[in-house]
Amino acid sequence: MQYQSQAVAKPYFIAAIALFVAQVLFGLIMGLQYVVGDFLFPEIPFNVARMVHTNALIVWLLMAFMGASYYLVPEEAETELYSPALATLMFWVFLVAAALTVAGYLLLSYSTLAEITMNKLLPTMGREFLEQPTITKIGIVIVALAFLFNVGMTILRGRKTVINLVLLLGLTGLAVFFLFAFYNPVNLVLDKYFWWWVVHLWVEGVWELILGAILAFVLVKTTGVDREVIEKWLYVIIAMTLITGIVGTGHHYYWIGTPEYWQWWGSIFSAMEPIPFFMMTVFAFNVVNKRRRDHPNKPAMLWALGTAVMAFLGAGVWGFLHTLSPVNYYTHGSQITAAHGHMAFYGAYVMINITIISYAMPLLRGRNAANSAKSQIWEMWSFWLMTISMVFITLFLTGAGILQAYLQRMGENPQPFMVVQEHISLFYWLREIAGVIFLIGLVVYIASFFVGQNDPEATTAN
Amino acid sequence: MAQPFTKIMARNIFYGGTAFFFLLFLALTFDTMGQLPQRDNRAALSGELGPVIAQGKLIWEENNCIGCHTLLGEGAYFAPELGNVYTRYGNSTDAIKGFIASRPAEGIPGRRSMPQFNFSDEELTAIAEFLKYVSEINTANWPPNIQG
Ligand code: HEM
Ligand code: HEM
Ligand SMILES: [Fe+2]
Repeated sequence: MQYQSQAVAKPYFIAAIALFVAQVLFGLIMGLQYVVGDFLFPEIPFNVARMVHTNALIVWLLMAFMGASYYLVPEEAETELYSPALATLMFWVFLVAAALTVAGYLLLSYSTLAEITMNKLLPTMGREFLEQPTITKIGIVIVALAFLFNVGMTILRGRKTVINLVLLLGLTGLAVFFLFAFYNPVNLVLDKYFWWWVVHLWVEGVWELILGAILAFVLVKTTGVDREVIEKWLYVIIAMTLITGIVGTGHHYYWIGTPEYWQWWGSIFSAMEPIPFFMMTVFAFNVVNKRRRDHPNKPAMLWALGTAVMAFLGAGVWGFLHTLSPVNYYTHGSQITAAHGHMAFYGAYVMINITIISYAMPLLRGRNAANSAKSQIWEMWSFWLMTISMVFITLFLTGAGILQAYLQRMGENPQPFMVVQEHISLFYWLREIAGVIFLIGLVVYIASFFVGQNDPEATTAN
Repeated sequence: MAQPFTKIMARNIFYGGTAFFFLLFLALTFDTMGQLPQRDNRAALSGELGPVIAQGKLIWEENNCIGCHTLLGEGAYFAPELGNVYTRYGNSTDAIKGFIASRPAEGIPGRRSMPQFNFSDEELTAIAEFLKYVSEINTANWPPNIQG
């Protein structure tokens, strides 16, 4: 750690991991409800578990993005953070708001939560991923603005690197597009049209800038490859991201009441969206092959390369699978969507955050460069356990989705939704088993922070 | 002599490309906004039942129905698609109301079941009218068949 103020990142990372655990536990609850329909009914209905699962995911990814920024921006800018106190204050505001919101989901009925938070004044609740009470959304905006101010002032004051600039652009875009969460007209088509400006323009737009910047930072630090080379790659990757990804939003405008030309625009542009993900893979392996030194933090390298591969698989390959409108006609809103959603979120955004946590945490905890050899072995085990089980979750859901599309939407005798769900329950059982292994991987990951704490640091020679 | 591809060139492609394709996206959005009145069934919203439909949408949202169901293919995949439930139930709002009102409070042993929301008749009407409105949006023939 080169600057004192980078230390504010630590609570963000810890809270992110805690929320990750909550996310996965509720995922397992839902996975069981898929096959044992009355599990925890009516205490925790499926929709409540789902809100906790997806909102915990989003909040922990945002927390980790903020932690990552507080860590890397000062180092890149070569100056202390503008206001560490503000960063710490915002951490608590964010954490308390998130905790209260989740408590509201679990302890109150959703309609009661809507009532006491006065949703009717400005109705924004009850839309997928944007279920938070309006007051929580306002809180998110305030935290985001304070955060952007803090990071922006730091960048203004210090050295201006491409990594910082791209990161700041991505974070600003994140905040700007979130504002569409407040637009909720009665007209369902308009509601859906602009809902995607939050969801799609986040994950296939501005978040990719954040992803690219963090990946570039970790690669600069761990490989010692010339910054010029890395920055050029970064520009090319994010250029391709936005050139394909913005109009690529059209792949969500096939069947929601929008004009049919979107089937062309959406298919053509989103079919090119895998390109930047593929470039990211080539980029990461290229840079690692040209490394000038062997960094002792091996798990960080593993996570970085893993991100590059898994983001391409989950977003690029599994995205392409159902993005052409003639295919999407049969797969829209099926288990194929869920399969892709899981591997894309895991491969791109979960893994990049674990990458920066893996790189930064040893330094934040007072090591020179890396954890002990023992801790590293545990962490690498957790990488393989989580990543392989996520591959299997995706494969099982894909199997379920193909059968679902076939039985329910194709053929002579289309069957009702609930009947089809019975037929494919084997796949849901297998998904749940893979999910348990994922949880074990996560436990091993957390354990890696505690094992071998008193052992000496790993060196490159071992 | 071919020039080497420099960082500045990459940067310019990024800014230029982003600006161009963002403007293109805005232009397409503008055109879409012009075409929506012919497709999105807004006549229903400005008609006599408009306020009822609006109430129905709010009830839909404030009970997080999207947390189990899809609506025009978006939402959760735990329970059936509802964008076409009005047609699936024989073009009957009463059938929709009857289904929602009759859910057992303790669920169905071993099976997925929908909660009992204890809606009033007025609220049930509002939801059913909202779902009828949705079913009349022009969705380019999606879903492929009545099963959703
Ligand atoms: C890291 C990047 C990505 C993430 C995190 C991601 C995540 C998701 C999620 C969560 C959904 C479901 C949204 C919902 O609930 O309705 C979704 C839908 C979709 N994604 Fe992605 N995605 C990414 C990249 C891509 C790419 C690159 C493509 C295309 C090549 C793509 C194609 C699609 C399509 C076509 C759908 C709609 C599925 C449907 O019709 O049901 N995604 N994505
Ligand atoms: C441990 C295992 C997990 C299990 C059993 C699980 C299970 C589930 C289930 C049952 C759903 C709801 C699908 C539906 O709407 O019907 C869901 C949604 C979702 N989960 Fe997970 N999950 C797990 C881990 C994860 C992880 C690690 C991530 C993040 C990378 C994640 C991200 C998501 C997302 C983005 C959605 C929304 C998908 C969409 O709308 O298409 N889940 N999960
Ligand atoms: Fe998308």
